[in-house]
Amino acid sequence: MIQNVLDGVLTGAVISLGAIGLTMVMHMLRFANFAYAELLAIGAYAALVFDKVLAALAPVLASAFKPLTLSASLALATLLAMAITGASAVLLDWLIFRRIRAKADALSMVFASFGVALIVRNAITLAFGHDAKLFSKDIAFATVLSTDPLILVKADQVFVLIAALALMAAFHIVLTRTAFGFALRAVAENPNLAQVAGVRLSTMIVSVWLIGGAFSAAAGVFYTLTNHLSPALGHNFLLPVFAATIVGGIGSVYGAVLGGFLVGVASALSLAVLPSGYVPAMPFLIILAVLLLRPHGLFGEDQA
Amino acid sequence: MTAALTIEALEAGYVRDLPILRQVDLVAERAKLTVIIGPNGAGKSTLIKAVAGLVPVTSGRVLLDGQDIAGIRPDQMGALGLSYVPQTDNIFRHLSVRENLALVLRRVPEKQARMAELFVLFPALAQKRADRAGSLSGGQRQMLAIAMALAPRPRVVLMDEPSAGLSPKIAAEVLALARSLTRQDVTVLLVEQNVKQALGVADHCYILAEGRNQLDGPAAAILADPVVGEIYLGGKRMSAA
Repeated sequence: MIQNVLDGVLTGAVISLGAIGLTMVMHMLRFANFAYAELLAIGAYAALVFDKVLAALAPVLASAFKPLTLSASLALATLLAMAITGASAVLLDWLIFRRIRAKADALSMVFASFGVALIVRNAITLAFGHDAKLFSKDIAFATVLSTDPLILVKADQVFVLIAALALMAAFHIVLTRTAFGFALRAVAENPNLAQVAGVRLSTMIVSVWLIGGAFSAAAGVFYTLTNHLSPALGHNFLLPVFAATIVGGIGSVYGAVLGGFLVGVASALSLAVLPSGYVPAMPFLIILAVLLLRPHGLFGEDQA
Repeated sequence: MTAALTIEALEAGYVRDLPILRQVDLVAERAKLTVIIGPNGAGKSTLIKAVAGLVPVTSGRVLLDGQDIAGIRPDQMGALGLSYVPQTDNIFRHLSVRENLALVLRRVPEKQARMAELFVLFPALAQKRADRAGSLSGGQRQMLAIAMALAPRPRVVLMDEPSAGLSPKIAAEVLALARSLTRQDVTVLLVEQNVKQALGVADHCYILAEGRNQLDGPAAAILADPVVGEIYLGGKRMSAA
């Protein structure tokens, strides 16, 4: 049971990072973006490529920071992947969603997002193949910190949790201490009034895509630090990330963080009582339960 | 007298080819309070939303100190010297009072000094600066909305029914505040349903109906007009006093 909770918290941190961007995009652009989780895969694969390139250019960067399997090249690659994924999110919006937004309704956007998800997933498969990849072959021999033989806690997992929480804390500081953060929160609450208050909506839309893309990339890399990477990464996280967003309340960043941990822990705990094949249904059950009890989520509000 | 805001033959509406405003003309004199009244659906709120850039203008001009601002994005209006106070949802409830003001002051030089000035002007807000704006009373919310509009030192302030939903006492205070702005060289254009109180503080009045100009004149004269009294003031002729 303790192991389930630990695993759930770790997965929850990854889901939370993914859900932060999705909740902002869904609230601001008023559509369910089913391509969003593919940003996790774009980020993880981008980091994989940058890691290899950096390690080849400067082999000294390839050695791991023991007891982690993380190397300097992968740390730098993650930062580059965050930038590239943010830019990819902006590009996808500019090429596809912005154009549909100008001409059609939210339902058309939803269908378009299904198409984008398929295109992105298949493009990744075409480029990297179906085979599972690893950032480091050392992952199988990663240092285990726990002394209890029944509880497995790897140093990489502790790092991932701390790094994810640090990113969330940094974003919290941005939201609560900076004028840019006030503008983001203002747009999330009332886009029309935000414009009256001097906030340029198109700039904020680009910012939200950039932030969401960067956080998704971090989520993808953090997950892959302790797991295999495959083109299905985004697809596998689609439902948990959506569940976290809906549980937290669409538009609430803090709700998305809490929702991510709730979905992660609930899914992991369900392993204790259910066969593993039923676990992917857990986010669905959570979505249904929340929608029945609180249709706008834990922190959400009715949108007129 | 010089015009701070001039509206010429304005046509505007939410849907293309279906204008709500038809050839509306209006002049708001500098440092004067101009009120727009009219029945429900007359297009009063649409008019100031169109001036603020929130409703598409299909034809006509909106001149702010001679510069045509029709079609300019709403987020650019503050920098041009025009602020707008919406009727409802005019503050960010999830932001604190200080954060609401910091948001509108983010491009203003010496923002801390300006915020301190605003807290002197609105002492009730100063006491609540750390509170979430959603926890304020109706009157305090309206004060915050007006403080946000005044923060960038606008030359023209548009107000959409600032007394709506307030008690008569607070409504009178809000209208008196709107009046006091003119003494600081600010031009105020407001829409009001509270006709008698609004005409009591206004310099000039425009009456709109069905999206068109119906009548305009000095507020005192309109207030004393028996026809206007019949239509808008419950059938009683009011004195300007």
